[in-house]
Amino acid sequence: MIVADYSEQTLQGLIAGSGLRFGVGPFTLNLQSSLQQLAGDVRLMYASYPISSQPFADFHVRLDRPFGLRRWFRPQVNFTQDTRTPFKPLPLEQSFAMFEWGLNWCISSQCHQYLIIHAAVVERGGLALIMPAPPGSGKSTLCAGLVARGWRLLTDELALVSLEQPGEVIALPRPVSLKNESIDVIRAFAPEQVIGPIARDTAKGTVAHMAAPVESVERAAEAALSSLLVFPQYTPASATVIAPRQKAASFMELADQSFNFNVLGELGFQALRQVLDSCDCYDLSYSQLDDVIPALERLIDARAESAQLDSLDLRSTGIG
Amino acid sequence: MGKQAINGLAVDGQAMLLFSLLAKPQQMANLDLNTWDLLIRQARNADLLGRIYELVAEHKLFDDVPLPVRPHLLSARRFARRHSVMVGFELGNLLGILAKLDSPVVVLKGAAYVLAELPAAAGRVFSDIDLMVAKDRLAEAEKLLKVQAWVSSADGYDDKYYRQWMHELPPLQHMKRHTLLDLHHAILPQTARLKPSSKRLFASALPVEGYPNAHVLCPEDMVLHSATHLFQDDEFKHGARDLVDLDTLLRHFGEDEQFWQRLVPRGIEMDLSRPLYYALRFCCRMLETPVPEAILAQAAQAGRPPWLLAGLMDQLFQRALVPDHPSCLDSFSAVAKSLLFVRSHYLRMPLHLLLPHLFHKAFISPINARRADRATENRPTIDALIAENKPR
Repeated sequence: MIVADYSEQTLQGLIAGSGLRFGVGPFTLNLQSSLQQLAGDVRLMYASYPISSQPFADFHVRLDRPFGLRRWFRPQVNFTQDTRTPFKPLPLEQSFAMFEWGLNWCISSQCHQYLIIHAAVVERGGLALIMPAPPGSGKSTLCAGLVARGWRLLTDELALVSLEQPGEVIALPRPVSLKNESIDVIRAFAPEQVIGPIARDTAKGTVAHMAAPVESVERAAEAALSSLLVFPQYTPASATVIAPRQKAASFMELADQSFNFNVLGELGFQALRQVLDSCDCYDLSYSQLDDVIPALERLIDARAESAQLDSLDLRSTGIG
Repeated sequence: MGKQAINGLAVDGQAMLLFSLLAKPQQMANLDLNTWDLLIRQARNADLLGRIYELVAEHKLFDDVPLPVRPHLLSARRFARRHSVMVGFELGNLLGILAKLDSPVVVLKGAAYVLAELPAAAGRVFSDIDLMVAKDRLAEAEKLLKVQAWVSSADGYDDKYYRQWMHELPPLQHMKRHTLLDLHHAILPQTARLKPSSKRLFASALPVEGYPNAHVLCPEDMVLHSATHLFQDDEFKHGARDLVDLDTLLRHFGEDEQFWQRLVPRGIEMDLSRPLYYALRFCCRMLETPVPEAILAQAAQAGRPPWLLAGLMDQLFQRALVPDHPSCLDSFSAVAKSLLFVRSHYLRMPLHLLLPHLFHKAFISPINARRADRATENRPTIDALIAENKPR
């Protein structure tokens, strides 16, 4: 059973009552809210996510309007996990975005069973492409573009690196966050994709989310082996340039983009080393999605082929 | 779970879930997922998730913990481990800086448990480091720290308020690492009704191996300080955790019979019989701490308030000490906490000082704060909060 099997009215009732409980990647989420419009947004953006009947939820979160004058005057919304309120309230129109950011916070601050890196991860042919990047590098736009062209979405924001299976990334498919011009770029590039409510004047400018494709959500239980580590940089009017990058520098950059590298200590170091061991590293500058996507496809397909050849070689020499 | 009487306190079973499992950790072997769901939420809100992990490990119950629950306990343990490493690092730094004082530095509360490697440190996470130096060395200590980037951001009024009336400097923060430091010269405000002697605290403090200038309070004083902090304080956000601290300290020190013999007399000597009475009473009632009957009676004789007040305080504390979670609150919880807030201020300062202070806090500080806010537009954003989790 999936979220969209419920009518908006039923969802509204669940969210206003004991909560809508659904699976998001490896996590079970219990969502409650007194807001009217949230059920519709969730039904649109989380349509194909599995409804959970598990009695244990990893996160119990709520979105509500604060009490007091601000109920009427420029109304706001508060995010709470149980009774803890990690953020100042945001304008009511930003409710869905706040839900996404709040969930990011829950995961990145409380899930040290993974090494968590601020990066987008997409998969093709069983191989994962990791794109860590600071805001403004066009990481999310590129991620949305790749996903719209059939790559599987593992995550747009929080890469969950396994501490048990070397080099593996756990799938956490969630809506892809698009900012400012990217929203229209993706609308033009992939008009068939579902884009959620628009939140204007946020700390990041105008924000909207693109729903994760159904297939990515259905395959959320499949991890992928990290194979390409690409640092994208959107550069207006530039051609697509892919240049090899040093592993040591890439390691440091990934550590810097990690939320809990410092919490995990040696475990985190080893997990990151294993990611680097299984990855080829590149810098990428691009401006056209139509140009960069085929280039990345060639890169990862070549990588898949060489991996196959390697294993053939090993077999013929009797080592494998 | 319905209403049931736990140790004579009629409370809702749900409200006592965390406490009853802390008291009888073996029962965690047979919890269903529904109960784990509530337990994890209560423990996380009370900052006691790390403690739950430690108890599970100590009693070898990890295999009995259902699979979906395990990552939460593991995460809490990893976070707490990292926390104590960081505290050790900061303490080493601070003690090095303060070595030039040539005067003992007493490490207090959470940091002291880490430094003295007490069981109370296991799984515990806290937000600031507390140190105490002699009052006449305070200015020099502050100067030494300032040079090493430990500074206060208190505004004119707050700064003056701390320096004139409080038992500590306005909170100091490291400019780069953002660690918070409270530098004390006493354990209660100078204006407080109870007057524990700092001289006596220093005289009985114990040196810590490996750090030439570091001391921790002697066991009795450590318990008295923890009790004072909890039962005189204005907010009970960490009430449950602080009670668990007390319980853990009492269980550990209580293995030595001499400790019990010294505890109540020391409380009387330090003018802290009242908080000690509350501490022993609520540890026994809520966490089943094994305090000898004779000691309970002795503490009651020394520090029990008149019976009408004692009854009222029971009602208030029992609501304030449970975890800060909706499942633990009843319709009087909010009132109880407000009354305790008022009480703490009444205990902290005489009225002729308190009323002007509350007036300033209520009407003047918010205006100043809004002005500052508008000037800098420095509203912490979600990005900033997420970034705070990242290493610097």
